[in-house]
Amino acid sequence: MSQKLEVKLTVNGRDYVLSLEPRWTLADVLREHCGLTGTHLGCEHGVCGACTVMIDGQAVRSCLMFAVQAQGKAIVTVEGLAGPGGELHPLQQAFIDHHALQCGFCTPGFLMLAHATLLESPDIDDEALIDILASNLCRCTGYKNILAAVKTAAAVMKARRRQP
Amino acid sequence: MTGASVTAFEKGKTRVFGRSVSRIEDLPLVTGRGRYVADLDFPRQIHMRVVRSEEAHGRIVAIRLDAARAVPGVVAVWTHADIAGLPPIDFRDPAAEALKPYRQPLLAKGVVRYVGEPVAVVLAESPYVAEDAAELVAVEVEALPPLLDAAAPPAAFAPGLSTEALELSQEYGDVAAAFREAHCIVEAELSIGRHSGVPMECRGAIGRYDAAYDVLELWGAAKVPHRNREALARFFGRPSSSVQLHECHVGGGFGIRGELYPEDFLVCAASMRLGCPVKWIEDRREHLIAANHSRQQHHRVRAAVDAEGRILALEDAIFLDQGAYVRTHGARVLDLTLAMLPGPYRVPAFRAVGHFRLTNKTPAATYRAPGRYEGTFVRERLLDAIAARLGLDGVAIRRRNLIASNEMPYARQLTANGHPIILDSGDYAGLLRAALEAFGWEETEARLRERRAAGEFVGAGLSFFLEKSGQGPSDSALVSVDSGGFVEVVTGGASLGQGFETAMAQICAETLGVDYRRVRVVHGQTDRIRFGIGAHASRATVMTGGAVHAAASEVRRKALAQASVLLQAPADELDIVEGRVVRRDAPMGASISLGELSRASGPGRDGAGNGMPGLYSESWFHTEGMAFPYGVHIAVVRVDRATGQVAVERYFVATDVGRAVNPMMVEGQIAGGVVQGLGGALYEEFRYDAAGQPLSATFAAYLMPTMREAPKVEVLIAEDAPSPNNPLGIKGVGEGGCTGAGAAIASAIDAAIGRPGAVTALPATPERVLSLLEAARR
Repeated sequence: MSQKLEVKLTVNGRDYVLSLEPRWTLADVLREHCGLTGTHLGCEHGVCGACTVMIDGQAVRSCLMFAVQAQGKAIVTVEGLAGPGGELHPLQQAFIDHHALQCGFCTPGFLMLAHATLLESPDIDDEALIDILASNLCRCTGYKNILAAVKTAAAVMKARRRQP
Repeated sequence: MTGASVTAFEKGKTRVFGRSVSRIEDLPLVTGRGRYVADLDFPRQIHMRVVRSEEAHGRIVAIRLDAARAVPGVVAVWTHADIAGLPPIDFRDPAAEALKPYRQPLLAKGVVRYVGEPVAVVLAESPYVAEDAAELVAVEVEALPPLLDAAAPPAAFAPGLSTEALELSQEYGDVAAAFREAHCIVEAELSIGRHSGVPMECRGAIGRYDAAYDVLELWGAAKVPHRNREALARFFGRPSSSVQLHECHVGGGFGIRGELYPEDFLVCAASMRLGCPVKWIEDRREHLIAANHSRQQHHRVRAAVDAEGRILALEDAIFLDQGAYVRTHGARVLDLTLAMLPGPYRVPAFRAVGHFRLTNKTPAATYRAPGRYEGTFVRERLLDAIAARLGLDGVAIRRRNLIASNEMPYARQLTANGHPIILDSGDYAGLLRAALEAFGWEETEARLRERRAAGEFVGAGLSFFLEKSGQGPSDSALVSVDSGGFVEVVTGGASLGQGFETAMAQICAETLGVDYRRVRVVHGQTDRIRFGIGAHASRATVMTGGAVHAAASEVRRKALAQASVLLQAPADELDIVEGRVVRRDAPMGASISLGELSRASGPGRDGAGNGMPGLYSESWFHTEGMAFPYGVHIAVVRVDRATGQVAVERYFVATDVGRAVNPMMVEGQIAGGVVQGLGGALYEEFRYDAAGQPLSATFAAYLMPTMREAPKVEVLIAEDAPSPNNPLGIKGVGEGGCTGAGAAIASAIDAAIGRPGAVTALPATPERVLSLLEAARR
C-alpha cells in the first residue's frame, strides 16, 4: 500500500510529476503535493462538495478519487479559474457582487461545480440548476445569493459568447 | 423612543457607513488563496490523530499501545498517564464551584463518558501514518449503563456526584398569586432536539513552541483568541505574554468553533514536549461526535393569563442535556435560556428553574442564538396555545402582550451572565405591523384558507423574537495612518466569515474620511494588541466597532488639528474627503493628504510635538448596557400528507438592527441564520441508539439544508430604534435570523395540518409530522 508510483498530473494546464502512494486521495495530493490548497476538505465522504474540482470538464469530488486515477486527465481547480493575468472569471466576480460567500470555505467547491455545469449546460433552467447546486453544502449564506450569483455569471458568459 | 439623535452618523448623509459595499475579504476566498488552518504548514511539523472512545460509558480496563508505537513514522503515543500532570479544561469565565468536578480531562481518565471522547493520541510524521497507527490502539472498556435522557431521574456521575450538576433559577413577582387568580392556565410540554453549528470547515489546531524565545503559539484560533490566550496561559502556568494565538481564515464559527477543546491543549503540550510543531486537523466524523453539540432541552412550561389573553405569570421547568462533561461555557446556555425566556412580552411574574444535567453524549455548549432559539420556541408555542385556548389569533395575542415603546428602557428584573437585562430601545408593535404589511399577512392568510379548503395542507406561522447583543463592557482598537495614507485598524476582534473586516473598515473609513478599501483590518492576532473581545454573541460590530469609531475619531481630530496649522484654517472648517484634508467651503482648493500629515508628524519631526507622534490612536469603547435586537419571523409551509415532509414555501424576517453598517451583509446574516434555524426546526438532529451510539456521524445522516430545501428568505431591515448604548446606534445581527425559526415553523405546521399546538418537538421530521397526521385521523 505504501509502495509509491510515479504519476504525472496535469493541473490547471501545468504538469506535476509526483511520487505517490496509490491510496492518497486526489484532494490530499492537490493540497499537499501541488500546493493547491484552494480545494477544501469538508467531509471526506463525498457529501459536502467543498473539494469539487473539474476533471475533463466534469465536476468531481476530489476526496472520493485517488490521485493515481487522475493521471492523463485535465484537472482544473479553483486556482485555475481566473485568467492568466489574474482577471476574475465571471463566476468569481458574481460571487463577490452578490455576497455569495461569507466564510468562503465552501466557495471553491461551488465555483467549480457551477463552472462545470455552465460549461456543459449554458442554458440550464432554474430548477435544474438548483438540483445541481443542491449537491454542495454551505452553512453561512442560506444559498439564495449563490443561486443569484451563478445565474448572473451564466448570463455574463452567454453575452460574451455572443460577441464576435 | 426613536433615539435617532444619539447616533454619530446622520442617516442619509454617510459615504460608506450604511452602504452595501462589496467585501474586502472576498478576493482571496474566490481565488483559492485563502489560508485556513489546514492550509498552513510549518517546517518539521508532525501530525496528531486522536483515538476516541467507541463506548458511551465504561471503565477503561486497558489501553494497548505497542502495535501503534511500532509503526514506522510514529513519534509518540500518549494516554492520560502521559499527561497526568495537566489539569482538566477550565471554564473561560468564572463559573459555579459546583461545576468543577464535571470538567473534561484532555484524555479520558479511567472512565469514558461518550462516544468520541479522546482516549489517546498518536503523533506521527504524516497524517496517514498517524491514522494507521491510531487504528492499532486497542482500548478495552468494561461497559457501564449509559444515561441518555436529561429529563429522567439523575444518576451518579461519580461517587457522591449527581448527574444534575447544577440547578439554576430566576424569579420575580408573585407567581403563586398570579396562578391562583388566573382566568385560565395554559400548559405545554416542549422539546428541542440536539443539533449544532456544524461549520463547513472542521476544527484544526497547530501548536508551535519556539524555544529560542520561549513562546508558545496556537494557530487555528477563532472566536475569542485573546480570552483563550489567558486560558492557555493559566492552564500551562505560563506568562500570557509568552502565549500567542493566531487566527487564520475560519470556515464558519456559529458559537462552537474557537472554544478550547482537548485537542487545542494537546497540540500545545505535544509541541512543547516533542520540540516540533504539531498539527491536528479534525475529520467530519470526529467533528460530529467531538465538537460541541447544542440545543437539547425539555421544557414543562405554563402561563397564567387573564380573560383577554394577557400574561399574568410564566413558569417553566427546564431540563438541559449537557452531555458528558461541562466545557468552557459552564452553564451559560441554561442561564441565557432562563434570562431571555420572557422575550419581548410583559410578564408581571416569572419563575424558571433549570436543571443542568449530564448524560453520556457529546458535551454541549453555545450555538448561534444559544438559549434564545430554544426559549423562543417554547415561549411562542405557549403564546400560540394561549391564543388557541381563548379563540384569539396569533397576531392579536402578541399585540396584547408586547412591551410598548414608551416603556423603554425596560428593566426586566432578570440577569444574563450576571448582567441586568434592561431592554434598551424598541418599537415592537410597530415592527410587527410593518412586518405583517410587508409580508402581506391578510392576503396570504386568505389565499392559504382557500388552498386548505381545496385540500392542501398549507399554513402560515409567526414568531416574535428578542435577541441580545453588544454585551461589553469594553473593547479597544488601534488606528494608524502610514506615510502613504493607508490606514491600519488593529483589533482584538475575530472573523468567522461574517464580514468583520469590511464592517470595521466601513466604520473607520466613514469616521476618518478615507476609501474603505485603503483600510487594512487586523483581527485574531494576540501579538498585535493587548486585549480583544473576539466575535461571539453578536457583539463584535457593536463593541469593536465602537472602539474603531473612537480610535478613528481621535486620529481624525489629530489630523484636523495639524492641518489647521498648515492650511491656516480653524479645524472645524476642515473636512477629510478621500484621504485629503480640505476646507469645507473650498473642497477643490488647497488640501493636504493624510499620508503627508502622517509623515510630517512622525517621530522626530517638527509636527510631532503633541506627545504622541504620528497619526495614531489606541482608544477604548466602554458600555454598561446591551443592545437588544428584535424581530418577526413568518413562515409558510406545505405538508405532504403522504410522507410528512414539510416544504417551506416562503420565509420572511423583519428585524430592527438599530443601524445597519452594511445592509447587504445584514441580509446575509439573516438569510444564513434562517437556514440554520430551519435545519434545527426540520432536519438536523444528533440521534443516539439505546446504547449511546451516535447515529448521526456523517453528512448522510446529519441532514443540513441544501439549496433545494432553503427558501429565498425575504428580509425587512428596520432602523426604527437605534441603540442608545453605543455611539453608532447599532445592534448585533448575527443571531436573529436563527432565533425565531423553530417557533415560526412549528406554528406554520400547526396551521397547515389544522391542529393548534400539535408540534411540541423539534426537529419536525417527516416521521414526527406523519405521526401528528395519524393522531389527527384517529
